[in-house]
Order: sequence, then structure tokens, then C-alpha cells
Amino acid sequence: MIGSLIALAALALVACGPYILDAYGIGLLIGAVSYTILASAWAMFSGPTRYISLATVAFYGTGAYTVAVLSDALPWPLVLASAAVIGGVLALVVGLSTLRLAGIYFVIFSFGLAELIRQLITWFEVSVSGTLGRYIFLDLEPRHVLWQLLSLAAVVVLITGWIHRSRIGLALKVIGDDETVAAHAGINLARTKLILFVLSSVLITLVGAIQSPRWVYVEPGIVFNPQVSFLTVIMALLGGATHRWGPVLGAVPLFLLFEWLSARFPDHFSIILGLLFIGVVFLLPDGVLAAMQKLRKKKEAAA
Amino acid sequence: MMLEIREAAKHFGGVRAVDGLSFSMNEGEVVGLLGPNGSGKTTLMNLVSGALKPTSGEILFDGVAIGGKRPDVIAKAGVARTFQLVRVLPSLSILENVMVPAAFGREALWGREAEARAEESLERVGLKVSPGKLAGDLTYIDQKRLELARALAARPRLLLLDEWLAGLNPTELQEGIALIRQLEAEGLTILLVEHIMDAVRALCPRCVVMASGSKIADGPTGEVLDQSEVISAYLGGGDA
Repeated sequence: MIGSLIALAALALVACGPYILDAYGIGLLIGAVSYTILASAWAMFSGPTRYISLATVAFYGTGAYTVAVLSDALPWPLVLASAAVIGGVLALVVGLSTLRLAGIYFVIFSFGLAELIRQLITWFEVSVSGTLGRYIFLDLEPRHVLWQLLSLAAVVVLITGWIHRSRIGLALKVIGDDETVAAHAGINLARTKLILFVLSSVLITLVGAIQSPRWVYVEPGIVFNPQVSFLTVIMALLGGATHRWGPVLGAVPLFLLFEWLSARFPDHFSIILGLLFIGVVFLLPDGVLAAMQKLRKKKEAAA
Repeated sequence: MMLEIREAAKHFGGVRAVDGLSFSMNEGEVVGLLGPNGSGKTTLMNLVSGALKPTSGEILFDGVAIGGKRPDVIAKAGVARTFQLVRVLPSLSILENVMVPAAFGREALWGREAEARAEESLERVGLKVSPGKLAGDLTYIDQKRLELARALAARPRLLLLDEWLAGLNPTELQEGIALIRQLEAEGLTILLVEHIMDAVRALCPRCVVMASGSKIADGPTGEVLDQSEVISAYLGGGDA
């Protein structure tokens, strides 16, 4: 409860950013908030179930592309609603067909999904609509994008708070520990996972949709960049995917670090990213928060 | 009839782990399921609890066909089990562990009610440790107690115990037997797989004996254990 209130207050504070910061500063805030939501939404499903999903960009890109296609035809709130529905239906179909896959197979499938959707859209644009790129002309300034993202972040805070206190939160914890026990205690595994996967995917789709006006020009290669999926995973894992505030603690510093690295070392960025990925998995498999708790426990035991 | 197994079979490729087995249990009955290692006892338990789907045959629980249903559906119908190798939920507290079936079982308790049920179950099995402790930190006997408390928290009508008494020292064994006796006295129907013959004699008026997937004996415990087929199945070879 207190955690949620502090988080909402922090979001309100960030919302004042556009009145003091320049365009670059606002851009940084947009990126940091986007990745915070992506990592939190990712961890909502993947943290407790331990299904490592690389499908983040599949939904993120779908959100962006929905805007590119519909933004001329519909008013903005309806465009966002359409994106949420499309992302939700896509997640439902994908979830129904893949959540029975275990471990590594799910990882590979989720990675393939992003590529599949990218290729499908490319094929459609080239052979049916005849253009590969699309323009997004919307009367939305960066600060509007930021405020919408912050509203979405507030929704995420409320949803995660609700999950932690509700039956589905306990069900997820049990599934994360032992699926056999979960099923024998009366938990419907497939339904629980599906609900969370759809919820998390809708949020990810909305991030893609809300921040798409920043691109102006989109094509599949831009919006379905697999780096988005990898960054999301590494941020959530660094902070701690099973801890409620873990993804935030991973996303903000890593986003700022990546911004700085990609400006300083544009050619070697991928190498550094890969090394960081390996480092996180080896040194902090449960995330920074869990490592800190362990350290504190050790100190207490020693004292 | 609380549980009725009709010609249940489970084949893994060419291996017939359970091969057309039938028996039934009345409400309140405590039946021991015996047989040498690999005779298919645990597989049969898994068929009843829904962990495995039968290749053929019917399993009826209180007249309703449950064979091949999902484990969560069977659990909600009123069947609870423990596992041969203890399975506690290590990252949950002891109280949360026991709350789970209360929350997701038939009665769908939540909040204070679920906690009260969990506390009651813990008391029943005599687990006296701080309920906020993590389940992964418990000793072996206490993990076994926890597993039983978890099975009881859903107030099941049929309890499946898969070698729940295995690995206990003599004092603990006596406590364990007394505990199951008490459940029996309360009218719970129990099917238990067990290798400790003293426990079987003390707890089960009736036994079903399996050998290579089939039933070779079924009847009052004393008689069944004296049958030559049963003795040869355990000791290996009829001519021994």
C-alpha cells in the first residue's frame, strides 16, 4: 500500500519534468518510463512463471504498427483501445498455443514470434498495400507522450499491487515454485498463466502504441527491433523479476547507461550489451534486490 | 462408493506400468496399496490424482468419472495427496504453503478464513514452528508434516498418501501412525502406499497388493500378507 503511494507520487513528480527540462531531457524521461513499464509488465508474467519471454518487441511493435495504420482513421483514444484489443487477442492466441511449452522451447518460440510478425507485416505491406514504410502524423508533443506513459505506469502500479494481494498472485507464486503442487492444490495452471500473459502483453502493446508518434516514420525493421526484447529482459533480471520494485530499479539505471554507451561507443554497443547480459545472469541471477537481501541476512547471521 | 477403479491401465511406450487394475473403496475406508518397487503403485496414485492420464479404463470418485481430468479439477472435487519425494513450496512461508489448497480448493477460502484453516491444519499435524518461516528451511520430518497439513487444508474426502511414513525415525513413526489413525477416526477415506509393514498392519484393515502393474491380492491385511503370491512377489520367485 505505502509502496504504491510512493510510486504514484514519484510518477506525479516525473510528470512535472516537461516544465523544467529541454527536449533531450524529456526524451530521456520517455525512454526511462517506457522501459520501466516494459520491464514491469514483462516481470508480471515472466517473474513468477519463469517463462523467459523474448516476445516483448512482438507486442511493442504491434502496438506501434496499429497506430501507424489506424491513426488517420480513428480518434486517438480509439486507436489506443484498438491497439490494446489487438495485442490482447494476439497474446490470447499465442498463449493458448505456447504456454504448454516448457522452458527453452518457450524462449525460442517467443523470439520467433517477433520475427514472424515482422515478416508477415513486411509481406503484407509489400505485396498488398504496396508500401513498406508508413508515416505517423499526430498532433502529440513529446510531453503528451510522456504524460500518457506516466498514466500507463500508474495503471501498472495499481495492477501489480492488486496482483500481490489477490488470489492470482498467490497462484503465481505457487506455480513459480512447483507446478505439480500448484495443480494438485486446485490451481488451473493454463488459465492463470494465460491471464497474466495477456495482461502483460496488453501493457507492452500500449507502450509501443503510446510512444509511436515519436518515430514519425515507421517500418517493420524499426519497430520490431529485437534489441527491445533483450533490453527488457536484462533490465527486469538485473532489478529482480520476482520482486515488485525490481524491474524499476533495473530499468532506470540501465536505460541511462545504454543511452550513454550508445552515444559514446556506437560501434561497440552490442558487445557491451552482451557482456552485461552475461554478467547479470552469472553474478546476480535473482537480481540486485535479492542479492541485497541475502547480504543483509548474512550480516544479521554474523552479528 | 468413494473410489472405484475399473480396468485402469497406464502404458509408457511398451511398459505397462498399470495393467488393467480394478478395485473400489467405501467411504471412511483406509486401504494400503502394497507391492514391490516398480509394481505401479505410484503410477496408480498419479492416475487417481490426475498427475497422469490413464491409457484406458475408468476412475470414479463418488460416482463421478475423474480419470483423465486435470489435477486441479480432481483436487477441487475433494481429492488431496502427498508426494513420494516431499514437495514443499520453498519460497513460500509455512502458513502460505498450507493456505494454498484452502484458497484454490472446493471452498475457495481467502484472507483471514484461509489463514485460520491453515493454522488449524498445522496444529492438527503437530507442526510447531513459527508459521512465517520459509518452508524450504524446515527439517525433513517437518516438511513431511507440512505436506500433510497442506493436503488436509482443503478438507479432502479422499486422501492419497504416497509413502508418507518413509524416512521417519521410530519415535516419529509412532507419531505419524497415531496421526493417520486420528484422521481415520474422523472418517477420512485414505489410500496409502507404504513399505513399512508394521505401519500397514497398524493402519490398514484392508490391503491391495500390486505386482508388475496388476492386482495380485485384495482383502483383510493379515490374510493378504500370508498369501503365497504376495510373499513370492516381495521375495522374488515362487520357488525361493
